[in-house]
Amino acid sequence: MMVAETAALRRSPLAHREAEFAELGQLVPRVSLREEPFLTQVNLRVHPGSPALARIERELGLTLPGRPNTVARVADGSSTALGSLTALGSLTALWLGPDEWLIVAPDGLAAELTERLAAALDGSLGSAVDVSANRTTLLLAGASARAVLESGCAVDLHPRAFGSGDCVQTMLARAQVVLWQLDDRPSYRILVRGSFADYLADWLSATIRTEGKSR
Amino acid sequence: MLLIECPWCGGRDETEFGYGGQAHVPYPEDPHALTDAQWAEYVFIRDNPRGPYAERWVHSAGCRRWFNAVRDTGTNDVKATYPIGARKPVTS
Repeated sequence: MMVAETAALRRSPLAHREAEFAELGQLVPRVSLREEPFLTQVNLRVHPGSPALARIERELGLTLPGRPNTVARVADGSSTALGSLTALGSLTALWLGPDEWLIVAPDGLAAELTERLAAALDGSLGSAVDVSANRTTLLLAGASARAVLESGCAVDLHPRAFGSGDCVQTMLARAQVVLWQLDDRPSYRILVRGSFADYLADWLSATIRTEGKSR
Repeated sequence: MLLIECPWCGGRDETEFGYGGQAHVPYPEDPHALTDAQWAEYVFIRDNPRGPYAERWVHSAGCRRWFNAVRDTGTNDVKATYPIGARKPVTS
């Protein structure tokens, strides 16, 4: 768990732009943008098909997605070994590679999650590393959200190719991101490195304004 | 812009990838037994065909995995992509 005084000191990369995002929402109501700071992110590497993977899946109470570019999620409040964690919100595993996943959970769970995953690995080849500070998360939602993303992303985001529960590691406006569609509203989570967050927020803000003028 | 089919992630723009030179160049079994000329041959000398060429690529903006591709150096057609360790596919 986060030490109390450290939690009070930390600043998210986009904390200073909260008012700007709110103003943008007033200006262009068809799309909303905000930061979801401090999500717990744990990078998990384990050999697919190994006993360690089975132990981890039992511990998490979910089957890690084997299909590329998809996510698997433990529903809110479901009773699993991590019941105390999921009571605080949902736990999601994103496919990052054939032997690599990103576990995303609410703030404050990194220490417990890495500890439990390391215990489940039990010395097998693999790793569970807290990477929460690597990226911050932007939540882009609304009827025009897809149009905004499409002006800077080469991946096909049309519902026939990309839908709720899909994730993709790609470039958005030349910044490397993990893009993850949450629902059919549509809502997208954009996980971006802290050092790129301001640049991407600039780009999203400008694109949303342009999108607002085009209708 | 080349469109390259990552064996894991699917088709993506060339800008997401990095290039790694000729594929299937084996490390010498006993490097110490090589003469300077043979070592230089291993380190520096590569094929330069016009036509199908097996080369290494890395999907650096995606899954960050290395894989092999057969690209026609004359037309820039990517004929096939396949994981590291797989046999080079037969392309016409």
